[in-house]
Amino acid sequence: MIGFVEVTVSVGTVTLLDRLTLTIAPGAPTVLIGPNGAGKTTVLRAAMGLLQPTSGRIVRDGEPRRAIVFQRPTMLRRTVEANIRYAMVGADRTRELLALVGLEHAATRPARRLSGGEQQRLALARSWSVRPSILFLDEPTANLDPSAKKEVEALLAAFIAEGMTIVMSTHNLGQAKRLATRIVYMDGGRIGADLPTAQFFAERLGGRADLFLKGDLSWSLE
Amino acid sequence: MPENLSALDLVLTGDPALFAIVRLALIVSLSAALLAALVGVPLGAAIALSSFRGRDALIVFLNAMMGLPPVVIGLVVYLALSRSGPLGSWGLLFTPQAMVIAQTILVTPIIAALARQTIEDLWLEYRDELTAMEVGPLRRLATLVWDARFSLITALLAGFGRAAAEVGAVIIVGGNIEGFTRTMTTAIALETSKGNLPLAIGLGLVLIAIVVIVNALAWAFRRAAERLSG
Repeated sequence: MIGFVEVTVSVGTVTLLDRLTLTIAPGAPTVLIGPNGAGKTTVLRAAMGLLQPTSGRIVRDGEPRRAIVFQRPTMLRRTVEANIRYAMVGADRTRELLALVGLEHAATRPARRLSGGEQQRLALARSWSVRPSILFLDEPTANLDPSAKKEVEALLAAFIAEGMTIVMSTHNLGQAKRLATRIVYMDGGRIGADLPTAQFFAERLGGRADLFLKGDLSWSLE
Repeated sequence: MPENLSALDLVLTGDPALFAIVRLALIVSLSAALLAALVGVPLGAAIALSSFRGRDALIVFLNAMMGLPPVVIGLVVYLALSRSGPLGSWGLLFTPQAMVIAQTILVTPIIAALARQTIEDLWLEYRDELTAMEVGPLRRLATLVWDARFSLITALLAGFGRAAAEVGAVIIVGGNIEGFTRTMTTAIALETSKGNLPLAIGLGLVLIAIVVIVNALAWAFRRAAERLSG
């Protein structure tokens, strides 16, 4: 379990998270949605320990093993298999993971030479090599074509079936419906709604959340 | 050395005097570049990965040291190694070892500054991923040095090029003693002043060839890096 308790994250005069309280419990695949600048990426980075709260606290129950897949993952200047092996925890499962993400044929190629979709799949394999109990994903399919999106979604569904807890930010509402059992709607660094997926899409949430879902939210936060 | 030989003849016939000078110059400059890399790469990496008060000032100082005049380094090393100097008891003045020391001091800031920039750039790229993987400081350092190895080798070659081409430091601390501390650059200076232009030009040709080879190697390393690492 990872809990945010009244967490505020500020950079200069900009408040990225505003007294946010959120519990990430094992099991339920959770999707964070919301407009750009809502604080979704900040939640993921703070949960990973990549940035510290300005105030409030983040509690971790039993230090769960975590991994993250960034929107634009950075590949080490090594081969595909070396990238996976680098992060490996426990016995070497490089071949198995390469097969899982369909990259056996590219095992000895430089990772940076892969296409965007292949790099994203490699990032998933690399994150899985850590054997995480919680996997954070920051818009993992934002830069992918429809076919690559489908491949990544299938992998995530397999991870979920294996019992991994997934917390993902996305702008793709269809993807949220397909993968998540819990939706957290964020706006302006706060949580606007935190509901089971079916309820989230069935209910009229009111205000900016409805506008966001209809695609009518303007750029202005006011 | 045979009389009436042209510069090219000296090079092509493998003139022993010329090649003894080339050999010593290469040994001194290569030793200095390797020693400077041993000091400069860890120093550059440490600065790249740490944050402390005065870091910016240290970086400015390090960058400024890249432009140190060799004659000033030669003078400082001369004073340190001379009989009355603090290291005079070592008896190293006017030896190849003194030349290596002077060139190491000359080249270390170049390699350290280039290594610092290279590793810092790579760290900016890798920081989130390595932090997320909970990679410890030592493994982080090893990872960055290994993944930047081709750029670091280029930095080492740049240091070697600087050492091989300088004359001010080695002439002061080496003394330009024939058959003992005479290098290509000091020999060129001396032979030109004596009017022995064939040997001076021959050594100049070898020096230019070495500089071209060093640059070709740097280019080859960069191409290899792109091919192997992406």
